[in-house]
Amino acid sequence: MSALDTYALEVLLLIPAIAVPVLALVSDYRKGAIINVIACALTFGAGVALLFAARTRSELLIVDDFNIFFVVLTTFVGFTTSIFSATYIAHEIEIGRITPAFLRFYHAMFQAMMGAMNVALVANNIGLMWVGVEVATLSTVMMVGIYRTPEAIEAAWKYFILGSVGIGLAFFGTILIYLTAQEVLGDGVAAMSWDLLAKNAGRFDPRMMSLAFVFLLVGYGTKVGLAPFHAWLPDAHAEGPTPISAVLSGLLLNVALYALLRFKMVLAANPATLNVGAIMMALGLISLSFAAFMLYRRRDIKRLFAYSSIEHMGIATFAFGIGGPLANFAGLLHMTMHSLTKSAIFFAVGHVAQVKGTQRIAEIGGLSVTHPVLAVGFALGVVAIAGLPPFGIFASEFMLVSSTFARQPVLAVLLMAGLLVAFGALVLRLQDVAFGAPKGPKDPVKASYVPLFLHIALVLIAGVWLPGEVVTWFRAVAKLLG
Amino acid sequence: MQNLSFDIAHLLAGTMLVLSFLLLYQDRVTAVLNVFALQAIALALSVAWQSIAQNAPHLIVTALVALVVKGFIIPAALHRIVRRLEIHREIEQVIGGGPTMLTGLGLVALSILLVQPVGESAGTIVREDLAFALAVVLLGLLMMITRRNAVTQIVGFMSLENGLVLAATGAKGMPLVVEFSVAFSILIAFIVFGVFIFRIRERFDTVDVSALDTFRGERRDHT
Repeated sequence: MSALDTYALEVLLLIPAIAVPVLALVSDYRKGAIINVIACALTFGAGVALLFAARTRSELLIVDDFNIFFVVLTTFVGFTTSIFSATYIAHEIEIGRITPAFLRFYHAMFQAMMGAMNVALVANNIGLMWVGVEVATLSTVMMVGIYRTPEAIEAAWKYFILGSVGIGLAFFGTILIYLTAQEVLGDGVAAMSWDLLAKNAGRFDPRMMSLAFVFLLVGYGTKVGLAPFHAWLPDAHAEGPTPISAVLSGLLLNVALYALLRFKMVLAANPATLNVGAIMMALGLISLSFAAFMLYRRRDIKRLFAYSSIEHMGIATFAFGIGGPLANFAGLLHMTMHSLTKSAIFFAVGHVAQVKGTQRIAEIGGLSVTHPVLAVGFALGVVAIAGLPPFGIFASEFMLVSSTFARQPVLAVLLMAGLLVAFGALVLRLQDVAFGAPKGPKDPVKASYVPLFLHIALVLIAGVWLPGEVVTWFRAVAKLLG
Repeated sequence: MQNLSFDIAHLLAGTMLVLSFLLLYQDRVTAVLNVFALQAIALALSVAWQSIAQNAPHLIVTALVALVVKGFIIPAALHRIVRRLEIHREIEQVIGGGPTMLTGLGLVALSILLVQPVGESAGTIVREDLAFALAVVLLGLLMMITRRNAVTQIVGFMSLENGLVLAATGAKGMPLVVEFSVAFSILIAFIVFGVFIFRIRERFDTVDVSALDTFRGERRDHT
């Protein structure tokens, strides 16, 4: 085992911690963007090294089969987003929407968010994880408000208040879990460790755990963007810079859902607790159906895909609620595919909004004539997110629907209805944006297509052929989730 | 001795709950801030008492943070904002005082009903402290819902957070409590800072004074 493997975990957490002050000090925004990309690349490297390192646990940190994949996914999307962000902000500086001073702040916050998400993922302590989610939320709030328009400030404020209430309630749930565990495991850090909680959950007071889970569900569910706690999500996506929309949808929602799944694992180990699966199924279905109908009335292109994120997080939550090896497998695959596809779409949308100078769908049209390459990338992304074969989302949705039909036929009908309604809305909007009469400016795009097409290629490969190792890994984790 | 420590903990937690109710029906922003400062002081006393009762000296830090930051600095900062924005007389309640109080009573009953049967295995102190804390949390939420003004919303959130700290310090031997209370204070400082930046800049950062006047006039019409 090489030295890198041994220290991968430390490196993973240290790079962002070093990058934040460095980026806050670098005044040239081009250098800042390059440092940001390098830091993200190094973090991704550490994440991959961690994949091959031994699984470890300590009082505060843990690396196991469940979180290692999320670490790799998070650092990968963070890395590609930093590349996209570099080309994106160059344009924003040109048109004067952001000043270089704000960019210093932006880059520092980007790294703070990446670091906080990694902390939340590798934490072995329910309190430390809570701190990670809180810091990640705070740093994204700052970035959502960065354009300083009244709408952006309004969006940031709403996100701030709703997010704070959410993490406040999640904290109350965390305290309740500690109180329950403390009776069995004794005072101190042991009663907050994931692995010990999951191992000893059978001996905890089930009623206390059920009460705790309600708070955790509302708290972290707000961050996942589940209806009816989703009010902050569309505004935050639409008014902030597009790279932030990409990481919000692609990563932060995943991290919050990861937290919920960890708690679900603890509760699943005690059969006397309330039926967590049923609640998650209900919330997932409500989010899916609600967001599917909301997709039709959207006039803003980023808001449209924000609602699509609510829809897909609803699908993943529903899958984990159904449970069982196949549905859990589908849920994990869906989270991964949604993360890759949605960030790819936001990369495309960011460039579209920049060349057309607007986010209004009515003013964007005929993209295939004016910007053919961008139109292809955008269309592939939308086709993938709508759930058409041969992309990965089709595979996960197909698995979920067939597993639901086998166990809850009535719910499967509702699920299918939601999926079809959302599909219709996305195809309609794709028509408007990519085809039809060309509208708006036709200037060539100064953009890096690499992140966009890399993500789409990965989603395509996953849809056609999943590597054996990944399948084995997903199966193992699906079994852990119960 | 056991009984005395029990009674004092209850007295302090009960004071916080009563102050939460007082917060619900205040109709002046300055009065809301003063009541909140009192609640923060009650929290500091309660945490300090827990520190003695549990023999946990590190909780004194939490008590001091609550006393200094939430008892004095933040109320003072908010008083300043209120004076500069000239909103000290504004009443912005979505629901009237009476129904709000009744809902508040219902929430207290709910939190007792929720916690009493659940925490049977836990010690009585823990369980009853938890009921108080949950009631304070829910009343804070209620306050955030019934107020439209940004400053009173913040106070609602801080009162909710007082309840959380009460619950965390009541949990015997919970690790990282001090760190949590500091993290929460940072969060609140960010929010107050955000009001400074978002609200004040939004209104005063313009060279054209007449534009500013119409803006403020418009606000008054709405509220």
